[in-house]
Formats: sequence, C-alpha cells, structure tokens
Amino acid sequence: MAAAIADQAIQGVLLGGLYCMFALGLSLTVGVLRFVNIAHGDLIVLLSFLTLAVCTGLGIHPLLSLVLVVPLSCALFYALQRLLLQRVTGQNPLLVLLITFGIAIIIQNGLLQGFGADTRKLPGGALETATWQVAPGLYVGILPLLTLLTAIVMVWLLDLLLYRSRLGARIRAASDDVAAANLIGLPTPRIFAAAMAVVGATAAVAACFMGLQMNFDPASGPSRLLIAFEAVVLGGLGSLWGTLAGGIVLGVAQSIGGEFDAAWQAIAGHAAFLLIFLLRPQGFFPKY
Amino acid sequence: MEPLLSVHGLSVSYGRFQALHEISLAVGRGEVVAIIGANGAGKSSLLNAIMGQAGRVSGAIRFAGRDIAALPTPAIVAAGIALVPEGRRLFPSLTVEENLAIGWDLGRRGGLRVAEIYAMFPVLLARRHQRAGQLSGGEQQMAALGRALLADPRLLLCDELSLGLAPRIVDRIYALMPEIRRRGITVVLVEQDISRSLAVCDRFYCLLEGRVVLSGRPAETDRDSIMQHYFGA
Repeated sequence: MAAAIADQAIQGVLLGGLYCMFALGLSLTVGVLRFVNIAHGDLIVLLSFLTLAVCTGLGIHPLLSLVLVVPLSCALFYALQRLLLQRVTGQNPLLVLLITFGIAIIIQNGLLQGFGADTRKLPGGALETATWQVAPGLYVGILPLLTLLTAIVMVWLLDLLLYRSRLGARIRAASDDVAAANLIGLPTPRIFAAAMAVVGATAAVAACFMGLQMNFDPASGPSRLLIAFEAVVLGGLGSLWGTLAGGIVLGVAQSIGGEFDAAWQAIAGHAAFLLIFLLRPQGFFPKY
Repeated sequence: MEPLLSVHGLSVSYGRFQALHEISLAVGRGEVVAIIGANGAGKSSLLNAIMGQAGRVSGAIRFAGRDIAALPTPAIVAAGIALVPEGRRLFPSLTVEENLAIGWDLGRRGGLRVAEIYAMFPVLLARRHQRAGQLSGGEQQMAALGRALLADPRLLLCDELSLGLAPRIVDRIYALMPEIRRRGITVVLVEQDISRSLAVCDRFYCLLEGRVVLSGRPAETDRDSIMQHYFGA
C-alpha cells in the first residue's frame, strides 16, 4: 500500500508539471496584467485543436508543430490584448471579466461548430507509451517527465524574462503604476500586448502537452481553468515558482485520491485546495 | 529666435470640468520658468497636456520648432521633454537601478549616465539594488529627478518637487538647479511653494482657476501683487 501511494505521489508530481504549465499563463495574467481571463482554459483548448489541425494537416509530430503554433498563438494573444482587452483596461474590472467570459462562450461554440463534440487527443506516437524504469517496480512515463521538465524550464525562462530583461522591467513598471508609466512615456498598450504574447507562448506549449496526455473536447476549457486558478492561488498571486508548487500539490492530491477510488481523483484536488486555502489564503509565495 | 516651448490658446478639460482656459506662455532656451498657483489652478494639467496625457486638449503646443500637441507621450519624451511627476511616481517594485534604467531607455540616449546620477545623489548608489518602494520620500524624489535627467531632456518639467518633503531635503534637491542649467537643460518648475520657486526662476507665470493672471520676473514684481494674484483677492 505504502509503495503504491509513493508511486502515485511521483506520478502526481509529474501531473503537477502539466497543471503548472497551463496555469503559468493565467499566473502572468493575474499577477502582472492584473486581470482575470475567464477564457484562459478555452484558449488553451482552442490551441489544442489548432495543434491537432496542424499536425494532421502537415503530418508532423505535435511537438514539432509547436514551431508553427507558438508564433501563431503569440500573435493571437497580442491581437486579443491590443485590439480588445486594452480598450477596457484601467476601467471597471467587471468589464474585462465579462469580455473574457464572452470570448470563452464564442470559442466553445465555435469549436463545437468546426470540430464537433467528439473527444480528441493529439497523436504522440511512441512517446505516449515510452517509460523509464527508475527503480525496480517504479516506472515513470517519458512524456510526463518531459512535461515536468519543460514546465520547470518555462518557469525559469519566464522568471529571467520578467526580472532580468528590459521588456520584463517595462512590464513590471506598467503593472506597478500604469498611469505613471504613461506619464513618463512608456508605451503601455504595446507593453501589455507583448506580455500577453508571452502568455500566448505558454498557452501554446500547455495546449500541446495537455493534448498529448489528456482527452479534450470543445467543452473542456472551464474545468482546465478551474485547476489553473487553484494552482495560481495556492502558489500565491504573482509568483511563478509558486504556481509550479501549486500545480504539483494539486497533481499529488489528485493522484493519491485516485489511488483510493477513481471517483475521488478530482475531488481530492479540490479538497486539498480548499484545505490549504483555509490555512494559508495568501498562498505559498505571495508577491502582493 | 523661437522659444524652446510655446503654448498658445491651450484649453484642457476633463469631462465637464475645464481645467485650463486658452492659456498662452513661452519658455526660452536655457530659462528656468516657474508656474505658480494654488491647488487646482491648473498647473499639473498644463504639464500633463505638454506630456500628451491630459483629457480633452485644444490649442497649440510647439516644442523645438514642431507641433507636439498630437504626438503620443513616448514620441514627446524621445523629442526631449522629461517629467518629474507629482508625488514622484517611481515604480515601487522595481529597484532604484531599474527605475533609472527606464529613464535612460525612454529618452534620447545621450547626456548624463547612471554613474553621474549616482555622483549627484550618493545615497542612491548605496540603495541601487533596493526596491524603490522602500526608499524615503526624499530619496524617491532624487531617484525620480534622476530618472527624468537620464532621458537627456532639453526641457525638464518638475511637478511639485518639494511636496511632502523636509525643507532640508528640498534644499538639497534645489541645490542641483545650477548644475542642471549648466548642462543647458531648460526647466519648468511647478510649485505651490512660492518663495522656493521665485528664488530660483528667471521668470514666472501665476495661474488662477485655469488662466494666467500674472507673469514677469521675480525681481521686477512686488510680492504683494504676486500674493494677490495667487489667491485671486
């Protein structure tokens, strides 16, 4: 029993990498752009479908299709911020909430129209079943391991971008005080749009890894959004490494819950979230 | 010779409130010009309009021979106007050095270097890796002035440098005015502290309820007249 739980804990850490990956963009949106994107989960599902179309259309592996999907996603998120969301930033926060809620509905129905209600998965080939024997009796999947490592690299790169680059300093400045930034001549609409393009890059990578490991359909966005939210809040608003920790806690709770009863998997994640939120509402590494 | 900055018939309104009523003024190269006036006289609206950040604006604003009234703020800064905003407005979560770097980044990329700002304000050198939000008010004002100077401005706009600071600190900041002039930077000072600004300026404009009610040279204008116009008595 103990060995089974330990095994599930390890699988949970790996699953946490995936959760972190799709929470990262939301973490940036909430922590830096200071708004809540209700459509985050649906945008990721949209990108999963786009990845599916690209890799079946061109006959390439989903991971290779990222070369095409990441720039497309950056452009999509840039345009979304520049043309739509920028118009309501600095106004009533309810407006941006409603707009992203509307985008979520449009995406869900658009996907239903275009791709039908069928459940899909990205074709990962041999990568899907490849495993690595860590110790006698303990196997980890190469794909989940690759997901966790990619998530860690993404957090590290985003941290560098935000805290070590010129664009990062500009993004944090605009996030600190947008009126002051405008007054001294920072082009804040372009800066926010660039930040959103970075969110788009993380979303495209998340969409690919999610589509390789989990089934998706046009309606799976909201449940993804919920887990992403939980990871962000657990980690502490504004902290990227916190989001990684939050994702891993959720992954471990789900895996161990699932070990007892398959029906407990989802509920164990939410229960762990509520319990920790009760004890530490500011999250693990709060920035604000 | 055309003045460095000329404002002609400038009106600014925010919604139904009109902050400035067709005011006109000119600032020559190398001058220090003070804009004085009570709270709500329209001083900050004037500076914000020059920076391209006021509400609804009409009238002409010419800087160095070109009309800048319709330019976006980044282009205005790149043309050589830098602002020290009211209340300092540093970015609190950025370090002092990052705040200063943003000034350099936005400006004309010439003139003063960060090292020279640290030489002017040694206290900033010691605190360069601290977050700006942890600095005292005086240190923040020095950093805000440093940020504006690093943009290599031809025209420096200072909004209420003395606000909320101890007189001793204000003395130290104003002691830099000769140095700033020596570098050929033209200065527009907005102050509520009349005696402070009249002591350093060449000319002044006094605003009352969005209009210029008096202008002149401090040495040639008597104090009682200034006070009367300041309060609108």
